[in-house]
Amino acid sequence: MMIGFYAMIGKKNLVKKIIGINIFQTAIILFFVSTAAKRGGTLPIVEHAHGHGIHHIHAASYVNPLPHVLMLTAIVVMVSTLGVALAIVIAIYRRYNTLEEDEILEQRK
Amino acid sequence: MTPQSPVLLVVIPLIFAFLTLPFGWWRRGLCYPITLVALSLSFLASLHTLHTVITTGTIHYWLGNWEPPWGIEYVVDHLNAFVLVIVSFVSLVVAIYSKRSVEQELPEKIVFFYCVFLLQVAGLLGIVVTGDMFNLYVFLEIASLAGYALIAIGEDGAPFASFNYLIFGTIGACFYLLGVGYLYVSTGSLNMADLFQILPDLYQSKVVLVAFAFFMVGVSLKMALFPLHVWLPDAYTYAPSAVSALLAPLMTKVGAYVMIRIMFTVFEPYFSIELIPVAAVLGWMAAGAILFGAVMALAQTDLKRMLAYILVSEVGYIALGVGLANRAGLTGAILHILNDSFMMLALFLVVGAIMYRSGKREIPQLRYLHRRMPFTMAVFVLAALSVIGIPPTCGFFSKWYLILGAIDASQWVFVAVLLVSSLLNVILFFRVIEHAYLEPDEEHAGGGSELAITIEEAPLTMLVPILIAGAGIMVFGFLSGKIISTIIQFAVPKCF
Repeated sequence: MMIGFYAMIGKKNLVKKIIGINIFQTAIILFFVSTAAKRGGTLPIVEHAHGHGIHHIHAASYVNPLPHVLMLTAIVVMVSTLGVALAIVIAIYRRYNTLEEDEILEQRK
Repeated sequence: MTPQSPVLLVVIPLIFAFLTLPFGWWRRGLCYPITLVALSLSFLASLHTLHTVITTGTIHYWLGNWEPPWGIEYVVDHLNAFVLVIVSFVSLVVAIYSKRSVEQELPEKIVFFYCVFLLQVAGLLGIVVTGDMFNLYVFLEIASLAGYALIAIGEDGAPFASFNYLIFGTIGACFYLLGVGYLYVSTGSLNMADLFQILPDLYQSKVVLVAFAFFMVGVSLKMALFPLHVWLPDAYTYAPSAVSALLAPLMTKVGAYVMIRIMFTVFEPYFSIELIPVAAVLGWMAAGAILFGAVMALAQTDLKRMLAYILVSEVGYIALGVGLANRAGLTGAILHILNDSFMMLALFLVVGAIMYRSGKREIPQLRYLHRRMPFTMAVFVLAALSVIGIPPTCGFFSKWYLILGAIDASQWVFVAVLLVSSLLNVILFFRVIEHAYLEPDEEHAGGGSELAITIEEAPLTMLVPILIAGAGIMVFGFLSGKIISTIIQFAVPKCF
């Protein structure tokens, strides 16, 4: 997570910054998914649930599905951020012909 | 039956955003009316919501009829409903205004502009209406991504400014998401009302403290609170004028709303004020923002960039009101969300109109403007008076409450900061008004060559929104007592 954060702030190359965003976001996703894990937990799929009467479900024997679901949404957000970021970088490259931040700042003076 | 308006006002812009694409390919001209229809419907829905909230109290809307701790819930109380009406009204006004300026600035991209514009509004409304922490993150990202895209289609420096905004915005969003994760780990819930019940037992927990810190930093980045404002001036200067007029009043205000919501209704005021001194820190950061924004604005010659720095200082006012954390301060902060939306709306609309007509925005180039665009400049002066805080305009009342709050809290430094910033604003706006109104006379004495200047007002679709914004500034000034007694009084958390 910190590697990604450093890359976003410290690196001068715009594509490296985007890679930084990705590392940061992937780390968050791993963090969420790891909170769902339980010792001895299995897939949160209830077998024969419908039409087989009432079953007793032991929540402790299934991993928590909610963080996984949240992260599906977060992955979608991450992909769209990446798309927008790359599109903007293409626009920058067409305009300045470089992706180094300091060279761009030089040209903008 | 629960009223459907809370969900409608988010869903309508969302659906229409995708409708604009096929209709736009078929007939380009259709995009504009479609956008107007969507935003008008959304505005009506928000008015209905506000009315329902005032008459019957808080609305709970269960999406898909799942009960709150499991399903996503939309909760609309007085604070939400108030901000909702502001957001939908301002976006409607900007949409009316956008027709000519988009045709001039982005003739190739009209279809996509309106599609993303509607997505942006849907995101902003969603942030305000939701009662679920993770849902708030999703809407925050919808609004931000649409914002990055809208800013990037602007003039020359826009993509680079937008990229910087994207980096900062993403850091903010990631911090917010981490905060959500920490809270979920410690409480097992994502619903705001549910968290409010569970959290008091866990206030000593380090995890909760860290979560709170992540929230504050993330939201401060999104609302551009000093010293995390660095992305704002560039982004709003280079954005197309209709976009800055939409984003400048709304994005920061919605951020401020999220901050109030998290500090006082997810966590208890006791936690954010006494247990850890967040409110005090916020107050000092806000004081820094007010002074820094005003001083930096003094140094600018570009009118739009100057307004962007004024926006930084206005965000400071709202944060100061929150940081004072007493009744008067918070009333001032919430009232300022309304007033500042309209002031910034008026100012950025005026700058857009000036650029549309003359293509200039350096302050010294604004000569003769009061003759060429008398109505536009009249609104500019009105908005300027309001930012300074002259009585009949609405800016006076929120500043009045902020100063009252500062006196109540015996924070004399903040009182001084508020007064000094008013003086700085006088200097700032007088510079502009001097160039726009007074210089022709000197020229007249010298050569008298400007007799040919004729009135060249902005086109009607731009002028009407400008006049609406100007009228709003006056009307809300007169009505502020009523607004406070019917809405804001209930929006301030009970324990104050």
